[in-house]
Amino acid sequence: MDAPEEPQPPVVYTMENKPIVTCAGDQNLFTSIYPTLSQQLPREPMEWRRSYGRAPKMIHLESNFVQFKEELLPKEGNKALLTFPFLHIYWTECCDTEVYKATVKDDLTKWQNVLKAHSSVDWLIVVVENDAKKKNKTNILPRTSIVDKIRNDFCNKQSDRCVVLSDPLKDSSRTQESWNAFLTKLRTLLLMSFTKNLGKFEDDMRTLREKRTEPGWSFCEYFMVQEELAFVFEMLQQFEDALVQYDELDALFSQYVVNFGAGDGANWLTFFCQPVKSWNGLVLRKPIDMEKRELIQKQEATLLDLRSYLFSRQCTLLLFLQRPWEVAQRALELLHSCVQELKLLEVSVPPGALDCWVFLSCLEVLQRIEGCCDRAQIDSNIAHMVGLWSYAMEKLKSLGYLCGLVSEKGPNSEDLNRTVDLLAGLGAERPETANTAQSPYKKLQEALSSVEAFEKHYLDLSHATIEMYTSIGRIRSAKLVGKDLAEFYMRKRSPQKAEMYLQGALKNYLAEGWALPVTHTRKQLAECQKHLGQMENYLQTSSLLASDHHLTEEERKYFCQEILSFASQQEDNPGHKVVLPMQFARLKDLHFDPPNAVVHAGGVLTVEITVCSQMPIPVHVDQIAVNVHFSIEKNNYRKTAEWLTKHKTSNGIITFPAEASLFPASQNSLPALELSEMLERSPSDNSLNTTGIICRNVHMLLRRQESGSSLEPPSGLALEDGAHVLRCSSVTLQPGANKIAFKTQAKEPGTYTLRQLRASVGPVWFVLAHIHPIVQYDVYSQEPQLHVEPLADSLLAGIPQKVKFTVTTGHYTVKNGDSLQLSNVEAMLILCQAENRAVVYSNSREECSTALLRIQSSDKVTSIGLPTAPAYHVIEFELEVLSLPSAPASGGDTSVPGTPELHRKQKDSQRAGHCMVTTDHKVSIDCPWSIYSTVIALTFSVPFRTEHSLLSAGTRKYVQVCVQNLSELDFELSDSNLEDKGHATDLRLAPLNTQSQQLIHSKQSVFFVWELTWTQEPPPPLHCQFSVGFSPASEEQLTVSLKPYTYEFQVENFFTLYSVRAEILPASGAEYCKTGSLCSLEVSITRLADLLDVDKDEALVESEDYFSTKLMYEVVDNSSNWAVCGKSCGVIAMPLAAQATHRVHMEVMPLFAGYLPLPDVRLFKYLPHHSAHASQLDADSWIENDSLSVDKHLDDQLDCSSLRSRGSTHSTSSSEHKGLPMPRLQALPAGQVFNSSTGMQVLVIPSQDDHVLEVSVT
Amino acid sequence: MAVCIAVIAKENYPLYIRSTPTESELKFHYMVHTSLDVVDEKISAMGKALVDQRELYLGLLYPTEDYKVYGYVTNSKVKFVMVVDSSNTALRDNEIRSMFRKLHNSYTDVMCNPFYNPGDRIQSRAFDTMVTSMMIQVC
Repeated sequence: MDAPEEPQPPVVYTMENKPIVTCAGDQNLFTSIYPTLSQQLPREPMEWRRSYGRAPKMIHLESNFVQFKEELLPKEGNKALLTFPFLHIYWTECCDTEVYKATVKDDLTKWQNVLKAHSSVDWLIVVVENDAKKKNKTNILPRTSIVDKIRNDFCNKQSDRCVVLSDPLKDSSRTQESWNAFLTKLRTLLLMSFTKNLGKFEDDMRTLREKRTEPGWSFCEYFMVQEELAFVFEMLQQFEDALVQYDELDALFSQYVVNFGAGDGANWLTFFCQPVKSWNGLVLRKPIDMEKRELIQKQEATLLDLRSYLFSRQCTLLLFLQRPWEVAQRALELLHSCVQELKLLEVSVPPGALDCWVFLSCLEVLQRIEGCCDRAQIDSNIAHMVGLWSYAMEKLKSLGYLCGLVSEKGPNSEDLNRTVDLLAGLGAERPETANTAQSPYKKLQEALSSVEAFEKHYLDLSHATIEMYTSIGRIRSAKLVGKDLAEFYMRKRSPQKAEMYLQGALKNYLAEGWALPVTHTRKQLAECQKHLGQMENYLQTSSLLASDHHLTEEERKYFCQEILSFASQQEDNPGHKVVLPMQFARLKDLHFDPPNAVVHAGGVLTVEITVCSQMPIPVHVDQIAVNVHFSIEKNNYRKTAEWLTKHKTSNGIITFPAEASLFPASQNSLPALELSEMLERSPSDNSLNTTGIICRNVHMLLRRQESGSSLEPPSGLALEDGAHVLRCSSVTLQPGANKIAFKTQAKEPGTYTLRQLRASVGPVWFVLAHIHPIVQYDVYSQEPQLHVEPLADSLLAGIPQKVKFTVTTGHYTVKNGDSLQLSNVEAMLILCQAENRAVVYSNSREECSTALLRIQSSDKVTSIGLPTAPAYHVIEFELEVLSLPSAPASGGDTSVPGTPELHRKQKDSQRAGHCMVTTDHKVSIDCPWSIYSTVIALTFSVPFRTEHSLLSAGTRKYVQVCVQNLSELDFELSDSNLEDKGHATDLRLAPLNTQSQQLIHSKQSVFFVWELTWTQEPPPPLHCQFSVGFSPASEEQLTVSLKPYTYEFQVENFFTLYSVRAEILPASGAEYCKTGSLCSLEVSITRLADLLDVDKDEALVESEDYFSTKLMYEVVDNSSNWAVCGKSCGVIAMPLAAQATHRVHMEVMPLFAGYLPLPDVRLFKYLPHHSAHASQLDADSWIENDSLSVDKHLDDQLDCSSLRSRGSTHSTSSSEHKGLPMPRLQALPAGQVFNSSTGMQVLVIPSQDDHVLEVSVT
Repeated sequence: MAVCIAVIAKENYPLYIRSTPTESELKFHYMVHTSLDVVDEKISAMGKALVDQRELYLGLLYPTEDYKVYGYVTNSKVKFVMVVDSSNTALRDNEIRSMFRKLHNSYTDVMCNPFYNPGDRIQSRAFDTMVTSMMIQVC
């Protein structure tokens, strides 16, 4: 068995490759079955279980059936997998034992021997049965026997290696079944063979890979081996697995390069470091680039060749896998890494060669992807492609610069030589793209051929890239490309095209606050504008650049000089103004003098501004002016005063916020959140419905940010015209802070708002359009005014008080002889003191002068001479006034002191508590500047409040007067006197007060007592007046004598009629009262006088020879010390005779131990319900009285009466109670009852077992 | 290590940017600014997933021939961008991640400073030192 010496020619690697299965035996039989077989085999997938834990896969098997030849079997050491026969099948339809023995068996044996010699164990014997044949031969053995024989002869222990296929060409269910069994077997065996053979191959491959550290190891050899595996996977349609093989090779190679960079070089790698001679880009249009593969096989490939080939294979597989975007992504990575690897390996590359390679490759990848995707797919995946576009554009640009295609003059000879060299490296165009008009090769060749062609291609690429970036929202990238394009245009001397791109990019950078790019772009823009002759824009940009700290000093000076030289050139052209926004200088702060920025008409106002110049050199400015807007506002002064406290610092300095140009304006101008709480209540019951926080300036915060249009101030600035301008001429602005002062004389009253700040240098006007925050000053004109106000909080009546007069002159000038005429009021005196001085203050509260006041008083008028004072000054002086106590009321109405008005107030104030009684005095003043009188009301408070009371001791009577000081001052009281106004001869008042002079401190009271004696009984009513002299305790000497304080009152019915005496006695036999035990309460009521006038009322009962009156007594214990057992009240008929006594006995129980005060015994007059009119009155009085007590008494009444009805015979009274007219109670006047047991106490000792005492009183 | 490190505010203006060597500062500014395109793209693409997984690292934003630009975004949408020399093959994803984490920690420290106004440029010396330690020392 001689194997052919020559290695087998490489198979054509196309996708038509299928695993090879050889067929031996009956060729005719196979030929007849083949169509069905090749159709049926791939129909159903088969699960392929993999070694090394790889996931099982469903696989559709196909095979390439070839006739068995011994040459097909691989020789020892041959690693080729593609040509490897995975399965050998022997076909036979022998059904005759004789025939079998004669020919088939020998043939089989021979076949088996060949296989064994090549140690191939993947074989199968197929016995095809044909019913037709069987019928022909009658003496045939049972069909099984042939199969059995074969199994016996060849398949020892492997009986499954022989299968029967019955009637393969018929269409019966048995045929179908048999086919299925056969196909399953065939697939299983094929997969087994794959697993086994590929496993073996992989093992070998791994072994080879492990040898990579050995000196003789070659990457290229290994590459071919692993690629073989990749091919097989590809053949089996397992593209994923195939890709993995290439990725592994890729990673292995990359790692070697990295290691080489780290100094760990492999020998074989040096071969890849040979200089790059060809840069014809990737080839992706063929599934396999055989040229490159051969180079690798021959170990002649360069790094670029290897990379190109590897990528072309990966690309092919990825496209099979429907992952074109990964191709794009990987391509970019590949191109970048190739450039890096060449650098790392220090491979010599002619300048531009790599650019060519990258450019071609980019376009090749893009075209390849576009070739296999439709438009919509591409459009939605621009993000993946745009990187390649922009890379290609970049490379073309650098090629253009390299070959002199961008310069104005076109390429020189050196450039041309370089171009020729570069084109030579491209080699000839590949045949597969030769017919394509837009092939990368043609594009590059054309672009390098002429300046015009380059421009066209470059612009095409740039515009395409910008468009793509824009379409996927990568605005920043688009702007950057645009800026490159602008640079290109600038080199091509077409600034008008460049400007648009520069402005666009600048706007973007400004909006996002990127200072360095802003400066750089602005610099380019300045150049562009200069070329375009846009003088205003150029000057504006220059002024920005001159104040830009990111530039060098020289550059800034240059731009500053540009402005200045422009200004000096234009001087001979008067009238022409160039208006620019003021950006070179910043308004830092502003200072007013006077500080409150309020000046009266005719006054002088100074405004001092601090301007920070950002220019690198001093700039001489012809004029600096502030345009002022004037508006007449009537309420200017008050508004300004309020505004001042809010917005201005007290020193009159307004600081302008620093505009940090670093941050985007959108960031800066956003106002702070103005949050406030919000409560929403339900309208019906005012309960809280919702609560929350609301932002008051949402409209400011959430408004759409204008896309940077306002960032660069529009150049169309207008100079505001106005009559009011503050000017300062010929100022040199030094770099840094400069102070400039403006002085103005205020003219018309109104509000002046500072609007525009402008500085002119020749015809160039720099304008700060708006001064923000708003700065205003106010000019006012004021009417003269007079203010009169008390010096203290309130004026006190009766003593001298100081009142302050303030004359604000306003526009009026006080001349010599001007005076205030005060009309005198009777009850108020103006005290003229010798040493009254007036002080004149200036507008800013500085004291100007003092002068003595000239006061002249006549009967009706007091005239105060004013000192002379200029306009807008203030005259201040003080006067003492004295409010006389109001004249005592005369006549019979003596019970009411003072005027009715006063009385009312007194009543009110008494109700309100400790308020002082007040009196108003109105003073009318004539001022020299007005024909009208000014009326001023002064309110005086009476410092005292007085109360009187009647005190009794048995039948003796005393009058007590309490004087309470309500003011803050201490007073000295003197000469207290109580005088009987009625002049009753039989009444006498004996003072019990010892001191004639007494101090009464603030908020304290002093009591005065008189004993009242009389000679005739009963005494008449007392009508008296209390008077006491008073003066402030602190004042030493008063120039005027003060009137005493008076108080009138009346005392009636003070004669004692009844004496009540209560006594508590312990229970009989006991020594002391005990808690919980009943004690007796003895009440005795004694009449002290006979019938008097006062007794003549409804209660008086006249019976036969004596008079009696009805009284009701009531025992009340408010402090709950006692429990009254039984009824606590009763009605008694009191005889109206001296020393008539009524005794009442009651039972009470002490609830506590100790000295207990006796319960109160109260006495009332019990008025019956005699007449209808009386009952009506009664009803009122019932109501007027405390209704609660009425009810109580009523209950008591019932109680009492029912009790009485038992004891006595007053049965009629009970029925009468039910009627509407009811008896009523009348309190006896305070002086008529004397309770002699008031203040008495009785000792109660605790009972022995009174730990817990429960008393229920019903 | 890194050749440029930038901290960019939510509004896309730089809070901090430092690069080395200083001559190519402008180039890095442009590069970082342009990379914001991809940052924006990635943030909007991740959307909710980003919040859920708390994955702040955005990975490689885009490679250029000479540099690799990596991104990282905090929960408050402050972006960190780091530019690494392509030739520096020793830097793997994990190292970049840990550098970003370090940067984030340091940034948090800056924010914790009561005297620092959020939104202002970062001028912290500690932050500066940390950034310096992450950048190539040009000798």
